[in-house]
Amino acid sequence: MKRLSRFLLTMMCLGYVYLYAPIISLIVFSFNKSRLVTVWGGFSTVWYGRLFENSQILDAAWLSLRLALTSATIATILGTMAGIALVRFGPFRGRTMLSGLITTPLVMPEVLTGVSTLLLFLLMAKWIGWPARRGFSTLLIAHITFSMTYVTTVITSRLSSIDVSIEEAALDLGSAPWQVLKDITLPVISPAILSAWLLAFTISLDDVVITSFTNGPGYNTLPMLVWAKVRLGVTPDINALGSLIVAVVAIGVTLSSIIITRSERRREREIQAALAGGH
Amino acid sequence: MKPASWFDRRGWSDLIIGLPYAWAIVFIFLPICIVSALSFAVPILNSPPYEFLKTWPYLSFDNFQRLFSDSIYIRAFAVSLFNASIATVLCLLIGYPMALGLTRVPKAVNRVLLMMIVLPFWTSFLLRVYAWIGLMGNNSWFNHLLTGLYNVVVPQAWHIANIQIMYTNFAVIFVVVYSYLPFMILPLYANLEKLDRTLDEAAMDLGSRPVQVFLDVTLPLSMPGIIAGGLLVFIPAAGELVIPSLVGNQSDPMVGAIISQEFGLNHDWPMASAISVALLVILVMPLMAYTRFQSRAEAGGTR
Repeated sequence: MKRLSRFLLTMMCLGYVYLYAPIISLIVFSFNKSRLVTVWGGFSTVWYGRLFENSQILDAAWLSLRLALTSATIATILGTMAGIALVRFGPFRGRTMLSGLITTPLVMPEVLTGVSTLLLFLLMAKWIGWPARRGFSTLLIAHITFSMTYVTTVITSRLSSIDVSIEEAALDLGSAPWQVLKDITLPVISPAILSAWLLAFTISLDDVVITSFTNGPGYNTLPMLVWAKVRLGVTPDINALGSLIVAVVAIGVTLSSIIITRSERRREREIQAALAGGH
Repeated sequence: MKPASWFDRRGWSDLIIGLPYAWAIVFIFLPICIVSALSFAVPILNSPPYEFLKTWPYLSFDNFQRLFSDSIYIRAFAVSLFNASIATVLCLLIGYPMALGLTRVPKAVNRVLLMMIVLPFWTSFLLRVYAWIGLMGNNSWFNHLLTGLYNVVVPQAWHIANIQIMYTNFAVIFVVVYSYLPFMILPLYANLEKLDRTLDEAAMDLGSRPVQVFLDVTLPLSMPGIIAGGLLVFIPAAGELVIPSLVGNQSDPMVGAIISQEFGLNHDWPMASAISVALLVILVMPLMAYTRFQSRAEAGGTR
């Protein structure tokens, strides 16, 4: 291993300071007693209390949570199906088209996805009378669509790194294809499915741009509400909200990454044990 | 049994392919077709607010003509591409040393440091922008720090009370760099990590200085990582809507704001579509060039 030069070390330190200074400043000022966000007025947790009394924020958070749970689950199912089809089904008609369509939202600026999806909804309302009004269902469709593409990317990259020989062996030994899928393929990629679901969940929970195009009146998700509030200026309760989100994410990501690495290691050990036992 | 027939029971495999396929056709392909078609329509005062020409050629190019002649649109594209380019270069300048450093730290530290790169990405994007708004404001400790440094450097006559950072183009670039830095570091790191260290060592043994080794060996070999990271920053930065709406100069909008305005305020669906198509073409062209570059590089590698 090459030594870390002094220049690289300095750049890394500065880089991490750059990444974390604003977040730390946000957390510190969330405990500020003063109403002014930039002047320290003593320690207080008053803004956290205000947060839980604000029904607007609680409603928006509940809507965001419901939307993220539903869209992440459906997107994971659809995206995993697409991933399995792309990696394990060999060449089928329209395969290039499918993989192209899946990557399109990933490389397009969100504004374009938002505008084009809204145009689709508006024209659908004209042609088939649905959706008459935009609300939960249009948000759900839009969120499923962009989350699905992330899920497929995660699943295809994991699946193509896994040897097909075990699945082929099971087929040769007379298992039905759906049995192979249920007993081997899905369990083997289950850690990837879990991390894909988490990714879809957080992306849905965080989305502003596509939501701003596809939501209807009265359907304000948490990011939409924060966006509207922040446009009017910085307020200490948003600092508190931000710190809470940072805390939840930090704990969630750390826990889930521990669970995922553990289960992946266990599976690798099991596979190795099974292979060794066969000799 | 061959992988081609891996899942050969027709009904099942058709369902597994068909469901996501149908979804992608309706909700990804169809919207793009609609936007492309509407960019050749003309706006009318009706519902829906567009129509196609009644006579041949049925398609109107007025929107594109306006796009290339009206200074509002040209300026918006220029500002967007300028901001995105500067932000991409800055991300590269900050991200490259960090990615290179990450490949040279001990393994246990590496895992934690990588996690710390990804972690801000999992927190709310909006709140990361928001955190900077607090810092960039005229009364914040960060602004005071910068102003203090500035006042130390310049002569007394030029001293200022504070630096106006908020609502400038500079603020947009600064926050874009902050938000998209992980997108630059991760592909670069993935690329640098795979490089063969023996090449560096060989160059060192043959008497090259470290800087020379970097310029002659590491930098050219990491080109795919630089391009991948660059695209991941440049594309969303050029179409950015949220960051300029919060910290940018509202009288000098970027393309994202213009599209949203034409659509929402002016109800000019055809014009909004035409701008979208133009933006798509401008952003997809470098991507296509990159795919060609990559396939050629791969062909060269196997020779």
